[in-house]
Amino acid sequence: MHSTSSMSWFGRLSLGGGLAFLYLPIVVLVVYSFNASKLVSVWAGFSLGWYQTLFDDEAVMAAFGLSLKVAVLASAMSVVLGTLAGLVMARFGPFRGKSLFAGMLTAPMVMPEVITGLSMLLLFVSMQQWLGFPEERGVLTIWVGHVTLCTAYVTVVIRSRLVEMDRSLEEAAMDLGARPLKIFFVITLPLILPAIASGFLLSFTLSLDDLVMTAFLSGPGSTTLPQLIFSRVRLGLNPEINALGTLTVLVVAVLVISANRIMLRQEKRRAALAAAS
Amino acid sequence: MNMTPPLADSGKPYLQIVDVVKQFGEHTAVNGVNLTIGKNEIFALLGSSGCGKSTLLRMLAGMETPTSGRILLDGQDVTRLPPYERPINMMFQSYALFPHMTVEQNIAFGLRQDKLSKADINERVARMLELVQMSKYARRKPFQLSGGQQQRVALARSLAKRPKLLLLDEPLGALDKKLRQQTQLELVNMIEQVGVTCIMVTHDQEEAMTMASRVGIMSEGQLLQVASPSEIYERPNCRFTAEFIGETNLFSGQVAVDEADHVQIDSAELRRPIYVGHGITGTLGMPVWVSLRPERVGLSRSAPAGDCNHDQGTVHDIAYLGGFSIYHIQLASGKIVKASVPATRWRDEPAPTWGESVHLSWADNDAVVLTL
Repeated sequence: MHSTSSMSWFGRLSLGGGLAFLYLPIVVLVVYSFNASKLVSVWAGFSLGWYQTLFDDEAVMAAFGLSLKVAVLASAMSVVLGTLAGLVMARFGPFRGKSLFAGMLTAPMVMPEVITGLSMLLLFVSMQQWLGFPEERGVLTIWVGHVTLCTAYVTVVIRSRLVEMDRSLEEAAMDLGARPLKIFFVITLPLILPAIASGFLLSFTLSLDDLVMTAFLSGPGSTTLPQLIFSRVRLGLNPEINALGTLTVLVVAVLVISANRIMLRQEKRRAALAAAS
Repeated sequence: MNMTPPLADSGKPYLQIVDVVKQFGEHTAVNGVNLTIGKNEIFALLGSSGCGKSTLLRMLAGMETPTSGRILLDGQDVTRLPPYERPINMMFQSYALFPHMTVEQNIAFGLRQDKLSKADINERVARMLELVQMSKYARRKPFQLSGGQQQRVALARSLAKRPKLLLLDEPLGALDKKLRQQTQLELVNMIEQVGVTCIMVTHDQEEAMTMASRVGIMSEGQLLQVASPSEIYERPNCRFTAEFIGETNLFSGQVAVDEADHVQIDSAELRRPIYVGHGITGTLGMPVWVSLRPERVGLSRSAPAGDCNHDQGTVHDIAYLGGFSIYHIQLASGKIVKASVPATRWRDEPAPTWGESVHLSWADNDAVVLTL
């Protein structure tokens, strides 16, 4: 693409139209979060009042805390499992059942969440009947569900990074006397760290806004933020939700942008490395 | 082009490769290789890509395990030792410098695995940096170095542990041509300074001939000939080696006279027999090939004397290369013979030109008889 000045009117129109289509709803959401009126669609002057209401709302704060907790725990676990799975896929040569394993890894990505959520719910219910565990649905069950989903994404990220990484680096470390486990921690891990970081952020955002699976796996005492927003909206719109939405957009934007920057910086570095050699 | 003096210790076996075979599924990458290498020798495995030389090197490093056969180093059987327990270090083709470590840390990596004291590590790293003249760059990261500098760091890293055997995988393959020629002898000097037994793998014959004291020619998983660079060139033992190393003219024929001190070979491609001034192990009438290097072929306007070793043809093509020219002479049989003629040959008469009829000839011991 050339600079904007050399773009035809059609190009500009389609770009503007596309951007408006994508971001206008969010702009409206953000603008009305500063509305003084109680009605969502009538502008009555600027106010930060709804943010005040939001922070005073204990149910929202509790849901936000729970979402954050689940997101951090699920991302941490997904990163560990995803790294192991990515390592197995990229480094452990061919083994029996490798393609089955690869399929199972990506299944949660393509499987409708309704199905995954429902099947997990059924599993947990029968487990409770037969084993008495888990006693009730809550943080633990939501966490398990989110980990299943996020691990699939992390695996893809880590695996592709490992595949493009020069294998002779690990061989050189082995040649110089390092044992496999040490090589993983001293060579492989530092080199895939950016991929792990972006995998973590990806999981975090996925977990933070998951509604469908969470709906199946949460119990009476555990309501995540997306669930809360959804139920509030059904009761009637209120600029407090707009304020909450605005903050969510802010958090997600920060995470996505930082994930992008990490990857971009890594890309540049690799390009420099390639140019130098 | 070989400037490496023969090494005093090279007679005693130091590394022994015994009947080594490596199969990947149905494919045999290395097929029964036997090789003995002396201490402090620089040996080159030469072959085109896919000939099994890299697989052999990786088996020495321990990255691959032989399907059968044994590898002995300094009396120790290392065939099944993992790479991290072998007293063998390798310089990788891509150099494989750890991008997240400085030059210093890269060189120290192997020493750290041996749990050496910090003072020892620092001292050895400093000495290695000095050897490869990279002391100034100790704190740089690999991506801040040029290709030649990266190569030297990679060498320093593989020498730092004082391995019993140094493996070089296409050591200069990643450098551009000009830098490569300059680096060849530099690399040999550094290796000899340290005094380490070294096996390198390359597809570049000039690199092998310049750097190694002995060369092994590999093709399709087999070691065809092992000899000094000059012997490989002057006395190839098979058609593959003769054609692979340098340029040659190959004639097919049969043994017509087989005596203890000479043989005569009739070839349909030449009007007169080829006379070779030494005996061969063969029988009368057996099919053989004769290799004749272009620089052994002389050109003249008058017919040479004698009944052997000359023929007549017309100049088909001339490649002028300054100091010498390659003449392509077409014989009556249609065969084209290449003759490399120095420019000084045409001091007293004008050089032959396209279409001119010339005589070509060679001496009794210039041709090499090949039975394989």
